[in-house]
Amino acid sequence: MRNFWDTIVSRQDMIQNAFLEHIYLSFVAVAIGIAIALPTGIIIARYRRYAEPVIGVTAIFQTIPSLALFGFLVPILGIGSTTALIALIIYALLPILRNTYTGITGVDGSVIEAGRGMGMTRTQILRQIELPLALPFIMAGIRTATVLTVGIATLATFVGAGGLGDIIYRGLQSYNNSLVLVGALPVALLAIGFDLILKWIEKRATPRGLKN
Amino acid sequence: MIRFEQVTKQFPDGTEALKDISVTFPTYKLTVLIGPSGCGKTTLMRMVNKLETPTKGNVFIDEKSINGLDEVQLRRSIGYVIQRIGLFPHMTIEENVSLVPRLLEWPKQQTAERVDELLELVGLEPSVYKQRYPLELSGGQQQRVGVVRALAGDPNIVLMDEPFSALDPISREQLQEDLRNLQQEIRKTIVFVTHDMDEALKLADQVVLMREGRIEQIGTPQELINQPANDFVRSFIGMDRINRQRSFGERKLKEFLPVFGAEPGGSALQISSEATIDEAFAKLEESGYSYLEIHEGGRVSAYASDRDLVKAALLKEAGERV
Repeated sequence: MRNFWDTIVSRQDMIQNAFLEHIYLSFVAVAIGIAIALPTGIIIARYRRYAEPVIGVTAIFQTIPSLALFGFLVPILGIGSTTALIALIIYALLPILRNTYTGITGVDGSVIEAGRGMGMTRTQILRQIELPLALPFIMAGIRTATVLTVGIATLATFVGAGGLGDIIYRGLQSYNNSLVLVGALPVALLAIGFDLILKWIEKRATPRGLKN
Repeated sequence: MIRFEQVTKQFPDGTEALKDISVTFPTYKLTVLIGPSGCGKTTLMRMVNKLETPTKGNVFIDEKSINGLDEVQLRRSIGYVIQRIGLFPHMTIEENVSLVPRLLEWPKQQTAERVDELLELVGLEPSVYKQRYPLELSGGQQQRVGVVRALAGDPNIVLMDEPFSALDPISREQLQEDLRNLQQEIRKTIVFVTHDMDEALKLADQVVLMREGRIEQIGTPQELINQPANDFVRSFIGMDRINRQRSFGERKLKEFLPVFGAEPGGSALQISSEATIDEAFAKLEESGYSYLEIHEGGRVSAYASDRDLVKAALLKEAGERV
């Protein structure tokens, strides 16, 4: 325990840097993941025959072991944070995409029919009915993607993108368990923290009429 | 007035839902489309607001073809009530009812007044219900909101697709009653789809009975019962109902006084309570009056319209003591 504290104090700068890098990587990856997967989910919910293939492709990405994916990308993109971000974005896509699709297609058909029959345009139905009703699902997808990304971002160290993985890797290399812990603990805290915040947002996003 | 001219509908899979249909739904009347499932009644109704488009033929509203009309604009001018109610669960009752006025960009003040007025019309106290959400209401209350939501934009035409069939019998009866009263008050051209003959006879000014994409008979409820066009019509209405209706026709008005109203809803013709139901129908028809003023022992004892007469028949059939 003493050892652990000493490590924290002596490596304070490094930990802080790695922590910020980690947040940066996770945050940017999820943000770009949302920017890609949310519109794609909306589009495949409208053109359903494309849904299976599109979700299938992202599901295949998901099955590639994360370490292997980082390995594949290095010869193509070189090392650095871009490579790490691309790998992380690929992992973030599936949960967001699938939940957006499921959320929108799960909206009660009679509600859409009523909207259409009363003269709402496609866009009005999407914005005023489908998205609000699908929001809890979409938020749940973003939550899953975020927790996943925070975890996988520890592997960014292998492509030289930094993050808390650096510290863990160093600890492993030097058989320094305190150092491993010093890297791993913030990752866990970060994941839990993000999860709690997003859970709160998810709750807020649930339309009032749907609670109970 | 809504007029269909030689309308045919063929679905992509080849089934012909409607075969060369020509029919008119008169203005301010409640037309009931009825028939077994798959007869095309819903498809026919959905053509009025372009939720379906004819493969062949034309639909006219007030003699104007709806072909060239923008479907979104058209739908905003027509009320629409569906069987599964379809209230927006994430919107309050107020937001639900005000949807079409908001789409039409009415001034806020006018929209708010309209919402209050409509909720009061169906007996839902605005201050209590406006801020509630649909799931906090009973099925019957929800469909009341569904009905007034369709009226919010003050449409001339209202389409109702089996609006009461998912409700429990008590709510259903109540809402049928409400709809009839509402219709007297607001005077809309209503197209009402149902598969329930009692409901059709109770509500309709005009019944359009369909089978397999064709119209079997068009007429008032009384005409259908008295002169069914063919065996199908006879069996769909039910021999029971027709027979009972016939013997019912020989009964005297005085037996049914409690069913009839105490106030006339229009010009009334005098008749003795000793007259039979059949005579009463005949008198109403030939005179052109809409109400009978029933006299008993030299005093006016009740008023009855042709609908009240039909209602008496239905009550009798339901086994209620009259």
